[in-house]
Amino acid sequence: MIPVECYFALSALLFFIGVYGFVTRRNLIAMLISVELVLNAVDINFAAINRLLYPEGMEGMFMTLFVIGVAAAESAVAIAIIINVYRKFRSDSVDAIQNMKR
Amino acid sequence: MYSYTIFIMLLPLLSFIILGLAGMKMQHKVAGWIGTCSLGLVTILSYLTAFQYFGADRVNGIYQTIVPYNFTWLPLGNLHFDLGILLDPISVVMLIVISTVSLMVHIYSFGYMHGEKGFQRYYAFLSLFTMSMLGLVLATNIFQMYMFWELVGVSSYLLIGFYYPLKPAIAASKKAFIVTRFADMFFLVGILTFGYFTDSFSFSFAGDIVMGQGTTPFIQGSMAKAVAAGGFIIPTALVLMFIGGAGKSAMFPLHIWLPDAMEGPTPVSALIHAATMVVAGVFQIARMFPLWIEYAPQAMSIVVWVGVFTAFYAAAVACAQTDIKRVLAFSTISQIAFMMVALGVCLPGHEALFDNHAQLGYMAGMFHLFTHAMFKACLFLGAGCIIHAVHSNEMALMGGLRKYMPITHVTFLISCLAIAGIPFFSGFSSKDEIITACMQYSPVVGWIMTGIAAMTAFYMFRLYYGIFWGTENVEAHEHHTPHEAPLSMTIPLIVLCVITVGVGIYSTLGGFLGWGGSFGSYVAAAGTDYTIHFDTQIAATSTIIAILSICLATYIYKGESQPIADRLYKTFPKLHRAAYKRFYQDEIWQYVTHRIIFRCVSTPIAWFDRHIVDGTFNFMAWGANEAGESIRSWQSGDVRQYAVWFLTGSVALTLILLCI
Repeated sequence: MIPVECYFALSALLFFIGVYGFVTRRNLIAMLISVELVLNAVDINFAAINRLLYPEGMEGMFMTLFVIGVAAAESAVAIAIIINVYRKFRSDSVDAIQNMKR
Repeated sequence: MYSYTIFIMLLPLLSFIILGLAGMKMQHKVAGWIGTCSLGLVTILSYLTAFQYFGADRVNGIYQTIVPYNFTWLPLGNLHFDLGILLDPISVVMLIVISTVSLMVHIYSFGYMHGEKGFQRYYAFLSLFTMSMLGLVLATNIFQMYMFWELVGVSSYLLIGFYYPLKPAIAASKKAFIVTRFADMFFLVGILTFGYFTDSFSFSFAGDIVMGQGTTPFIQGSMAKAVAAGGFIIPTALVLMFIGGAGKSAMFPLHIWLPDAMEGPTPVSALIHAATMVVAGVFQIARMFPLWIEYAPQAMSIVVWVGVFTAFYAAAVACAQTDIKRVLAFSTISQIAFMMVALGVCLPGHEALFDNHAQLGYMAGMFHLFTHAMFKACLFLGAGCIIHAVHSNEMALMGGLRKYMPITHVTFLISCLAIAGIPFFSGFSSKDEIITACMQYSPVVGWIMTGIAAMTAFYMFRLYYGIFWGTENVEAHEHHTPHEAPLSMTIPLIVLCVITVGVGIYSTLGGFLGWGGSFGSYVAAAGTDYTIHFDTQIAATSTIIAILSICLATYIYKGESQPIADRLYKTFPKLHRAAYKRFYQDEIWQYVTHRIIFRCVSTPIAWFDRHIVDGTFNFMAWGANEAGESIRSWQSGDVRQYAVWFLTGSVALTLILLCI
């Protein structure tokens, strides 16, 4: 049986890789992948803690499935945006769209 | 049974909405017919109501007060604002007056306003006015009355300013609105005071009192409130309401708007500023009359003396005016003051209150309201015909018109005889009753009123001779020969004259012979059948005085040249000038408002508003703007920078939460 700390370690590792990637990467696709990593870290936490604390309940599992669903929708939208950004700016870098603030 | 009465108010409202929204797309004729037909229906319904109401049996010798509709509009604890319809003798009589005069004016306007720009708008406003005036008289409570009172003021404003490209019309409409609004402020304060202390806006408990039952209305209120109300609050509230009424009814010194209101189209002057709206104040006193009698009999003397002074002042000014509509305007003020006095003198000794004779003044005031509406509308419409023919208001450009305008001449003469108080014309009966009531109150008031009645006869015949006799202004008539007005304008004159003469003959004969069935049988303070019976001595005196002053006017003004008038003018130039300038009332108001109120009160308030109130809000806006400017640079558009900030923030929050 894998001790629960391993799940937490994996989750924390994934989370910070994701955050680091989001902050350092310029490529929009890479930033999207980083966000997915963060979400997956949370999913692992949900599943592990559910099993640890309430083994008879399934709410954490459901939440995980829900997050996966939302993440799928979110990446569909994000990719659509990225395609449009690329068409408009001929670039997939976040620096290219700084003037979107106005 | 009276469920159709709702249409009396709904039909004019409907025609106002139709004409107001779609009028400009219609032809003049269509718009006019819509307005006139809806008013014709209203008139038929009003007569039906009157027929049914006065045909019904009396209960305990009085006509029942009937409320066909009433619903609570705004409940506020014990107080509630209601809307509804109330039928009692005075409101039914007012229905007749308003619908008759209004119908005549609608018909007359076909001729008078023919081809005017904004013809449809004119009819829309007439409908609005009629609706609000009917709502005012049918109101079931003081608050509803106040609502329609203001609506009446608005429609009056709109109609005075009908010729809005002309500067004087705008100034006059503004003046009328501001002066009456100023007075209405007191009315509102009076209503609220009354409502607060008695927990009621209704007239109904008032109705109980006049029948002598004297039920106390203060069941729900606290004892302290009741004591205060019984002591001085109700008289104060009533006097405040009277100030509102005085503004609407042009009592001195709030009369200044009425002469200027003559800038509006002449039929409007006939309808609003002579026959119906200006008597709203009189109607208000009559409505509140039971309260006045029960709680504020002493304060009634204010009404009397304001009335007496106004009657005298207006009559004096009317003697010197040269604009025919101004003369009629001042005569209106004077006649309304007669009605006020009549209501005010209605208590010669309180114990005799319910005695049949003591209520004479109330009946006389309402009777004069009725007869005055008819003959004054006729005079104004006649003046409209003359202005239509001569294209001027100035008496100097008239003279000798009797050959050109026979119908106008005869109807004008009949109305002049009526207002002068000659027997067999309606004004005689009502004015004689007023003077009788004044004599009973105090001989001083009685004789003053007799004197003013003589002045009335004098200035009306000065006007009559100035228009129809005297020197013809050949020069002015050369390029434009005056002509009789079209049929649509003369028919209303004839109808109003027939009413004047018919009522006059019936009530004069009835008064001398003691027949019942005349006005007093329908409207009386206690509600019981009151048979008008003339005091022969007073009737004879006032008739003789009226005839004498008519003779005097004939002697001075009938001839081709007027040597006596010229000599009088030369002897008292200052007096003439003062009277012509309305004894400088407008100038005094101008001084008081501009020099004293504007400078000493309004200017500091305006300063406070500009600098303190506006300053506070400007400071807040400035602060928000500055804060925004200073954090604006944080929005760089760099997503990764945002992410770092977000991360730092969440880490910081987490640490803070952990530390706590």
